[in-house]
This record gives sequence, C-alpha cells and structure tokens, in this order.
Amino acid sequence: MALMNMVGAINRALDDALRDDDKVVLLGQDIGQDEGVFRVTADLLARYGDKRVLDTPLAEGAIVGGAVGLALYGLKPVSEMQFSGFAYQAYHQIEQHVARFRNRTRGRFGMSMVIRMPYGGGIRAVEHHSESRETIYAHTPGLKMVIPSTPRNARALLLASIYDPDPVIFYEPKAVYRAFKEEVPDDPEQMPIGKAEVVREGRDLTLISYGAMMRPTLEAAEDVADADGVSIEVVDLLTVSPLDTATITDSVAKTGRAVMIHEGPRTCGIGAEVVARIVEKSLMHLEAPIRRVTGYDVQFPYFARERAFLPNADRIAHAAREVLAF
Amino acid sequence: MILNRLENSRRKGGQRSNVHRNQTSCGVRGQGLREWPNSLTMVPCCQVLHGKNWPVGFPQKDFSVPRKRIKIKQKVEYLSILDGDGHVDAALDPKLDGDLSLHIYRLMLSARLLDERCIKMQRQGRIGTYGPCRGQEACHCAATVVMKPEDWVVHAFREPGSFYHRGWPLETVLKFWGGYEEGCRPPDGVNDTPIAVPIASQIPHAMGIAWGMKLRGDNRAVLCYCGDGGTSEGDFHEALNFAGVYNLPVVFFIQNNQWAISIPREAQTASETIAQKCVAYGFDGLQLDGNDPLAVYVGTKEAVDRAKSDGGPTLIEAVTYRLGVHTTADDPTKYRSDEEVKRWEKLDPIPRFQKYLLNRKLLDKKLVDEIEKDVLKEVADAVDRYEASRDVDPLECFPHTYAELPDELIEQKEEFRAALERENVGMGH
Repeated sequence: MALMNMVGAINRALDDALRDDDKVVLLGQDIGQDEGVFRVTADLLARYGDKRVLDTPLAEGAIVGGAVGLALYGLKPVSEMQFSGFAYQAYHQIEQHVARFRNRTRGRFGMSMVIRMPYGGGIRAVEHHSESRETIYAHTPGLKMVIPSTPRNARALLLASIYDPDPVIFYEPKAVYRAFKEEVPDDPEQMPIGKAEVVREGRDLTLISYGAMMRPTLEAAEDVADADGVSIEVVDLLTVSPLDTATITDSVAKTGRAVMIHEGPRTCGIGAEVVARIVEKSLMHLEAPIRRVTGYDVQFPYFARERAFLPNADRIAHAAREVLAF
Repeated sequence: MILNRLENSRRKGGQRSNVHRNQTSCGVRGQGLREWPNSLTMVPCCQVLHGKNWPVGFPQKDFSVPRKRIKIKQKVEYLSILDGDGHVDAALDPKLDGDLSLHIYRLMLSARLLDERCIKMQRQGRIGTYGPCRGQEACHCAATVVMKPEDWVVHAFREPGSFYHRGWPLETVLKFWGGYEEGCRPPDGVNDTPIAVPIASQIPHAMGIAWGMKLRGDNRAVLCYCGDGGTSEGDFHEALNFAGVYNLPVVFFIQNNQWAISIPREAQTASETIAQKCVAYGFDGLQLDGNDPLAVYVGTKEAVDRAKSDGGPTLIEAVTYRLGVHTTADDPTKYRSDEEVKRWEKLDPIPRFQKYLLNRKLLDKKLVDEIEKDVLKEVADAVDRYEASRDVDPLECFPHTYAELPDELIEQKEEFRAALERENVGMGH
C-alpha cells in the first residue's frame, strides 16, 4: 500500500499497464517530455521510451483517429485529451468510428482503447476547461463511460478500462486530482466496469452521484445524518454507461427516497436517466418526489463565478432535507 | 496550456526554469512569437524551442538578411505512361508480367460490370443508394494490387475492385449498399478497413495503422484512399501532418475525380494541384494520370517501396473522372455538361488498357470475350449469393455493440424480440 493522490494513482495504473502489456501505448499532447500538464504521465517516457509514450502534434482528431488505426493494428492505445473541453475536435472520430467499428465489422475489429480526459470545474481554470459533458458519451452506443471519484478507484477502474475489449471514455475529475490522498495497493488492482458501489449504507434516503461530486455528497450525507438523526445511503455510480440499474433501484427500493447529484447540466443529464430508471423499476417504493441537485442549464461560468455555481454540500443537504420532510 | 503554466509556477515556487518557459510559450495555440511577461526581449519561440534547429529561411546569425526565396526540398512530379489512345511511352513502360497485367484488366472489368449491375439493382429496388466508380477503375485496381497481404488497405467508398482483389467476396459491396452491416465485415485475415462514408475520417486510421507498423518494427505499408473533396477536411490535414512528423509508411491515394457531388475541383481548393499539398507536410507528392493503370501501378509501387524503406509517406493525386452520378440519388445534369462527360469518356481507362494489352499480345479478341463472359458470370453469381443472404434477423443489431452485452441491452433486446413477435415483422426488404 502507498498513500497517493489521484494523479499518482492514475500514473500508477498507466505504469502497471505499460509494464504488463507491451501492446499498451500512450499518446497525447505534452504527455512525454512534459509528463502531461497535470503530471499524470510523470516518469513514463523515461521508463518506457518513445515507442510506448508518444508525444503528438496538437490535434485531437488525429490523436483519436490515429488511436483507431493503432487499435486496428492490435495495439492498445490510451489517448489523453488535455482537457475534455478540447475533445470535441475528436468527437467525430469517437462517434463515427471508435463507437461503431465493432458493430459495423460484425465483431471483426473491436476498439479496445481508452480516451482519458480531465473534466469538471473547481480549479479556477480558463474558459473551455471546466465543463462536464458525460451525457454526450453516455448517449453514444458502443462507448463505455467511466468516472472515478477517489485515487484507489481511479487506479482500479483505469486498469480495467485499458484491459476492456471495448472503448472507454475515462473522465478524470480534475478537482479531485490533488485534493486528497488514499491508500492504493502496490499490486495491480481492477474494479469491474458497469458496477456502482454503495459507499455508505443507510435506510432513509439514497444520495446518488459520481466523480468530483462524491465529496460534497458524502459531506452532506454525514451532516444531515448527524444533525437530523437519519440514516443516509450513498451510491457512487463509477460507470455512468452502462449504468448499474440494479444497485440504484435496490437502494431506492430500500430507502424510498432519492436525490441525484451531478455538476453537468440538468436537462438530459445522467440524473435524468437515473431518475427514469428509478421510476420504471421502483416507483411503488417511492415515498417522495426525487430531487436533482445539478449544474444549471447554462454555459459553465468563467471561474470568477464557478465557486458559487458548483453544487455544494449545503445545496445537497437542503435537497436531502426537503425529500426527507415530504 | 495556461493551466500548465499555473501548475508549473506553483510547483517551482514561482521560479520558471527555461525549459518550462519554452514549453509554455511555444504551447500557446497559434502564436509563434510571444512576449513573456518577465523577459526583456521578444523571443521567437522557434529559436527557444529548437535551439540549433532553426526554421528554413530564418536568419541564422543576425537579423539583417535580405528578402529571398525559400527553397523547398519536397518534390512534386507528374507521371503518365499510356496516352489517351492507349499508346505507351516505351521508356516508361514497366512491362508488367502478363499475369499481373491481365489480373489488373480483369479486376477493372469486374468493377465496371459490378457497377453497372448495381445501378440496375438500385433502380429495381434490390439495393439502396449506390455510389458508382465508373471511370475510376484504373485508380483503385492498379493501386491496390501493389499491396501485399500483410499490408493494409484503408478504403473510402468507390473501390469495389480493390475489395475484390483483397479477398472480399464480390457480393460484399452489394451487402453494404443493400443495407447490411455484413458488407463491412472484412473476411478473416484480410487487413482492410471497410467502406467509410463520412469523408476523409478514414485517413487518420491509415496513419494510425502505419504508426503501429513503425512502432512494432514491421516492414509493411498502408494504402489509403480518399477523394478530392476529402482533402478539404480537417482529418486530411491532421493525418498527413502526423504522418510527416513520424515519417510513417503510408501512401495517401487521392482519387481526384473532379467533382465532390456538385463542387468542382477548382472550387474545392485554390491549390494548383492536390499533389503539391505534400510540401506542407514534409514529404513528396506525385500527380498521375488516374485513367492510366500503368502510371497508377508504377507511382503506387514506388511510393510503397519508399514507405517500406523508411522513406516516409507519399501523397498521390490520381487525376480521373467520375463518369457516372455521385450516387444514384444524384442528378449531375444540374451542375455539369454532357460535353464535359463526353470528353472524359474518350479517356476511359478500360479501352485504353485493353488496346495496350492487345498491342502487347497479352490479349486477343477471343480472350477479351472470354474474360468478359467470365466476369459477367462472377457478377451474376455474386448477385445470387447476395439475394440468398438477405433474410437476416433484426435482433442482430444488438450483439456487436459491445464484446459482452450489458444488462440494460439484454433487457432492451428482449423487449425488441417481444415486439417483433407481437408484430410478426419480417425484414420486409
């Protein structure tokens, strides 16, 4: 075990994969000599050389389109988009090829690849560096969409993503990158993709979230439980597509109340899908309307306004109390 | 990038080393010259970044050089071997052996006759919209035959002869245009990508495959097809740029058929030739007569040989003409004249090559008829096989979405199955 932050844990997963599988290659802008703008790829160029860690010209479309070619040739590319806000220049490759190759070739060519991208607000970044657009990828058949929340699950989920036979969009909550440390095992560890985790057990209310919003969600759960003497369950989705319906609906069937939290816009957000599934499968267990605490349906504000904008523990606690009081 | 700077400055306690300053100042998009806040002078970023590697034409020791022409080392040539009447330039004639020559001829004829059959089938409603290759057979047939089985061919969508040569059953093309994903499945062991509809988005894949070859140290090459319209797409630029940077073993083969639906070549790019775009990416280009199978073969072979000896990519512009419609949903009389089409019909590659083969005594009248009869039979058999394969299970849209279906998709598939049973729906083709 070693105590590390999420940057270190992701670095460890990449190191594990480069060491254990010679088909794995990393590619992206500034990931080699510069070790990534967040230092996620620290030491990897030095350790594995420039045939495994590929510094690229500045073109997201060719990074992902090139990764398609590398995957066709039998390699396992792990691409880095420097920020999720620049991945739209590669989106046509993701939608038209990454997500479709397995199906259109009737299984002949799978696209085993990972596209990593830091997402989300909270670090006072310039425009285009703070959005959460997981819905776009979750809405694209053929992709998997994974969003870790802690150093340990980031390492385990990234390794699982690299070894997954299908393409995984790996959204890294950059607000968590250096926010806290956690014990991470020395030996490679994987967590199943497509499984949510109950990270806090409770009986009266289910809070459902993922990624960077897990911290304020857990804080709110603790505050409300302590102050109001109620029992609150918290579900960390970890994979937002394919969604683990059973863990969500089992929890809500038990508690009868739910609040969904995410920082991306509300309309057609992951919360909309979660709520739909709860209503489809657990309607008769519901004791109260479900609430959503989310980013609003506006452009993510420039950073002078972002602290006020982002969902926080107070807002989550307020929604939780409303649902509990219904 | 700005975050990078913040991050660096935090890490270094505000002290910026030269290395970080250089990377940051050079990393800003679209800015070659940038004033660093604490520095005394304007620093050209290329100077800082590359040290001794000064850009071409940039002042070496002092800043007082005269205006001068920059010398470009990339080469752009033109090649044609057969003239419009099928007469050969004896000095350039590659004198391909008889079997290969006849194979190319036969392949071109297969593409032509399949094409004609597809158009009829579209009119009869037996396949959907079809994009014919009439007039362009020399391009894809004579280029693809250069590639070895271990090489890769990355297709666009007007290359039926290429698929056939590489081992795809002839009916695969019918399946694709007939609305079946099965038309995109390369046979086992065939290193090809299927038809790509979005335009130019397949070019980065060719670059990536070539990158894989280079990283693995495999002595192989990639042939990548695209049209003149595709050269306007960002993917064309990005892929050629990467291929140049990494010196990859890939041949970009542009079939310039003069029209991207209704947009003529002159309106697609102000570049005098498409071939010369290679200069910007640091490798050579070749414009050739795309209706001359000998020029296509020779140009492609040279490029592939160069790629395999670590000589890097080549951009080939094959000048040809789309004699038919863009697709069967298109009406070219809206944008081009019959006279223009008639001019190009005189340069039809098949009679030209036939004449050359007759002159070389590789063909005679009897063999011409025999080959045509054989090919017509192959096409008819392919149509029969296509017709026999059309009853497919609608549920097959599910299993290849992922290697293993997630629970939600298993549920949706069952819902679909139940709906089909209730509605008693067949394929209804």
